[in-house]
Amino acid sequence: MKQYIPTPSPHTHGSLSVARIMLTVWLALLPASLYAIYLFGWPVLNLLLLTAATALLAEAATLWLAGKDIRRGIGDGSGLLTAWLLAMTLPPWAPWWIAVVGALFAVVVGKQVFGGIGQNLFNPAMLGRVALLIAFPLEMTTWVSPQPLFSAAAPGFLDSLTITFIGVPNIDALSGATVLGQMKTDLGRGVPLEAILPGMFTLQQGAVGEMRGSLGETSALLILGGGLFLLLRRLITWHIPVAMLGSVALLSTLMHLIDPARYADAPLHLLSGGLMLGAFFIATDPVGSPSSPRGQLLFGAACGALIYIIRTWAGFPEGVAFAVLLMNAATPLIDHYLRPRIYGRDREGKPLDYSRGAFARRLERYQGRRP
Amino acid sequence: MRLFRFKGGAHPDEHKVTTELPISRMPMPARLYLPLQQHIGAPAVPVVKVGERVLKGQLLAKASGPVSAPVHASTSGVVTAIDEFTAPHPSGLPVRSIVLEADGKEEWGDNIVPIDPFKLSPEEIAKRVGEAGIVGMGGAAFPAAVKLNLGSRQRIHTLIINGGECEPYLTCDDRLMQERPGPIIDGVLLMLKALNCERAFIAVENNKPAAQSALREACAAYPGIEVVGVPTRYPMGSEKQMIQTLTGLEVPAGGLGADIGVIVHNVATAYAVQEALRHGRPLISRIVTVSGGAIRTPANLEVPLGTLAEELVKFCGGLSETPQRQLLGGPMMGTSLPHLEVPIVKGSNGVLALSAAEMRLQPAPQPCIRCGRCVQACPVGLLPLEMAARARNGKVEEALDYGLMDCIACGTCSYVCPASIPLTQYFNFAKGELARKRSEAQKADRTRELARARQARLEREAEEKREAAARRKAEREAKKRAEQAAAEQEAAS
Amino acid sequence: MHAIVALMVLGLFLGFLLGMAAKRFKVESDPLVEEIDALLPGTNCGQCGFPGCPAAAQAIAGGAAPVNVCPPGGRSLAEALAAKLGVSFDASAMEEGPAKLARVDESLCIGCVKCFRECPTDAIVGAPKQIHVVFAQACTGCGKCVEVCPTMCIEMFVPPTTLPEWRWPKPQNEVVARAA
Repeated sequence: MKQYIPTPSPHTHGSLSVARIMLTVWLALLPASLYAIYLFGWPVLNLLLLTAATALLAEAATLWLAGKDIRRGIGDGSGLLTAWLLAMTLPPWAPWWIAVVGALFAVVVGKQVFGGIGQNLFNPAMLGRVALLIAFPLEMTTWVSPQPLFSAAAPGFLDSLTITFIGVPNIDALSGATVLGQMKTDLGRGVPLEAILPGMFTLQQGAVGEMRGSLGETSALLILGGGLFLLLRRLITWHIPVAMLGSVALLSTLMHLIDPARYADAPLHLLSGGLMLGAFFIATDPVGSPSSPRGQLLFGAACGALIYIIRTWAGFPEGVAFAVLLMNAATPLIDHYLRPRIYGRDREGKPLDYSRGAFARRLERYQGRRP
Repeated sequence: MRLFRFKGGAHPDEHKVTTELPISRMPMPARLYLPLQQHIGAPAVPVVKVGERVLKGQLLAKASGPVSAPVHASTSGVVTAIDEFTAPHPSGLPVRSIVLEADGKEEWGDNIVPIDPFKLSPEEIAKRVGEAGIVGMGGAAFPAAVKLNLGSRQRIHTLIINGGECEPYLTCDDRLMQERPGPIIDGVLLMLKALNCERAFIAVENNKPAAQSALREACAAYPGIEVVGVPTRYPMGSEKQMIQTLTGLEVPAGGLGADIGVIVHNVATAYAVQEALRHGRPLISRIVTVSGGAIRTPANLEVPLGTLAEELVKFCGGLSETPQRQLLGGPMMGTSLPHLEVPIVKGSNGVLALSAAEMRLQPAPQPCIRCGRCVQACPVGLLPLEMAARARNGKVEEALDYGLMDCIACGTCSYVCPASIPLTQYFNFAKGELARKRSEAQKADRTRELARARQARLEREAEEKREAAARRKAEREAKKRAEQAAAEQEAAS
Repeated sequence: MHAIVALMVLGLFLGFLLGMAAKRFKVESDPLVEEIDALLPGTNCGQCGFPGCPAAAQAIAGGAAPVNVCPPGGRSLAEALAAKLGVSFDASAMEEGPAKLARVDESLCIGCVKCFRECPTDAIVGAPKQIHVVFAQACTGCGKCVEVCPTMCIEMFVPPTTLPEWRWPKPQNEVVARAA
């Protein structure tokens, strides 16, 4: 007699699926991506598409090697999202091989080698970016100035293909440092902030994005908008973004009050670099961040602190990628110690004791409310 | 009244299509199948024999032990068998049941006598509730008398009547509250007397405004009873979450509501208490919602206990299409049935036949992306993703460490999981593994004891043999010496 | 040059220390064997291939036998042994068939008491020339009675699962393999 296998409850389901989550996050990134295409021209589109294509091919290849179902593995959209986020942190006119190597590293080493989706310890996009940064520092720090689409200096589409695949001979003439990069070099030489910032950075530039930087660095406003969209759709929770932005704001305000000439204030820090992108899209990546609300607050705060420390005192001008990777490593520890309080138990895990202490008082207060 | 919010929860589509349909009486079927175990605790023991004629409301099986409940005849007729029959259980395994062939006369026994129950003492009330076979009608089926008796041991300051009915589709409690509020309030007053308690809250979810107003009208004369509207959120009807919502207090882990002075009873249980004490009628019928996309005409039926589910479906016009799933209970926690030939028992509140579309049938599960939605959804504050990962790898003790035994199996985590991971099944599996290990360990201990006892027995027997041999040897020697002595004496004389 | 010498000296010195520690702190007596023996059923049924439980305990402690060598002990015993030895053990890989019990076919039983004497837990009741019966709660499924019965009237059977014993099965694995 065939053993009847019962179907377990529940016999209904919510409407969310992994593919839907990934698609919605990608949609939230779209405004900033489109703006970046406008700001830096067609090469950006090449970069985005190239990174995405490489990532998908790499993922298909590794899934095939691992004997897993390729269609499901690609279909959940996580590879595409990783690639898109990686591309958003690349220099806009990066050559094609940067995109390819980055995507390969991110997908193969950052994700599939660990066991595929859900198993990676580190954020794959950040892993890819850091690998590129360390291996190819020159290409990764060549920030071209904005060449808005349809303006006189912007390259046409065919020219963009040349830029991406062959290179730009006079790229140095067109590029310069980002705000953070300039600050690091000049502050190191002892130049005070009042001399560095004018002409380099205004709040409006930072918010809207008409400045040098990677695709996700430029328009803080659009990224913030995308992030708020995700919050409203309940795809991310507020804990990590608020903690991260809050800790950067706090530290930068503190240091600015101590020495305004050396330490930039909070608005500059919040609007420059990849902080907004990191707070809403990168640090909130579910696989590498803690699962409990308290853990997420700690994670976000520590990420923010690390970012500020790296930006101000360490060797790199921008620290989002490093901070996120470091905190990814700490996530298992955070998850182990910071667990939510279970119903009917206290913070230590022991059953609630209503015979004495705070709970007894609560019980008495309740009983006292009876008529 | 100030309400508190419980953690997590979800809001599944309500599908309360039968909320406007009045209760219709299901005609008595030809045969009834009454399992001896329709409750939590020890199965009842039959007191009738095969072939015996019984009257409606007659005791068929008595409670065995302190946590048990009796079974009564839902109609008059002849007991044709006391045998194994399919249990309303996900396994489809059989349970010992009494098969009753109805004679169509519906003759009540003469023990069914209405009285004024408020003249009884609290202990008497609890005793009669137990004798009437009343168990928790919200689905838990815990013997109600045991709960009422807790009032004598502990100070109970609040009685909560659970009119939550948070499961989608089910409207049996809703209709009961709308159509029979008076008897329900009567039952509540009786329960208050049994518990020596003065305050009762009837908690009804806010998606049942008609029920709320009907009850408010019925209890207007009683200041100790208050109807409270609670937010519509699954699992509001869960006892622990209900207590938290109304009082802000949490039941201590491993404890009962009575430990903090609160007792919760389902609204249909209150109705059954009133039936039993005022009219003398034991628990022999209940309201059941038959609903779902595959049912031709959904309805709320008053069903004699022991009726087969397929009879209910037939009465509702049969199946309009082949259902994706047939359930007893609601879609969040109900049991899926292999077929509809299972009896309606005391805790069965719904028969659903769902199509694939309304079920949102999920594809095969994907790997966990650690999104944490299950953590946000869990009303108990557990970490379902961690527990499931450990259960999957066989590390059930670690899952226990994460709070496995606090899980109320509400299914909210599985409901929200975007990767369609069957989390609740992992936890049920893990709990089963722990139980299996415990029973295996007990068996191993028993085996060691038996083996040792056997060794002892063998040694004892060997010892006895040695002693017997030694004795015989001693006797032989004594005899030989005696013979020798006798021979010497003869030689001497 | 200095570095090479320094590291060499350091290495030798630390190696010497380790050697001394290994000799000095070595655990002489091995209570492990007794502890393992205490976990085993103690019925000496021989299904593991060793002559009795103490011998099996010795082998398990020494690593000559795997932790799942004892069939009556089942998965829970294997896991307990693995925990004691500190080795990892994949319980789900273990083929655990349902527990078997012995049953006497009463029509063939001649009452010779041979099985009665053989049973390590005294699970068979019956007197000479009387039908023997296996007391299911004491039977461990070791199968020794089957071997000695002269009329081959004892068989091993799988008792059907009853409702209280039923457990939820484990959900299917999530890694969806490529349809080969």
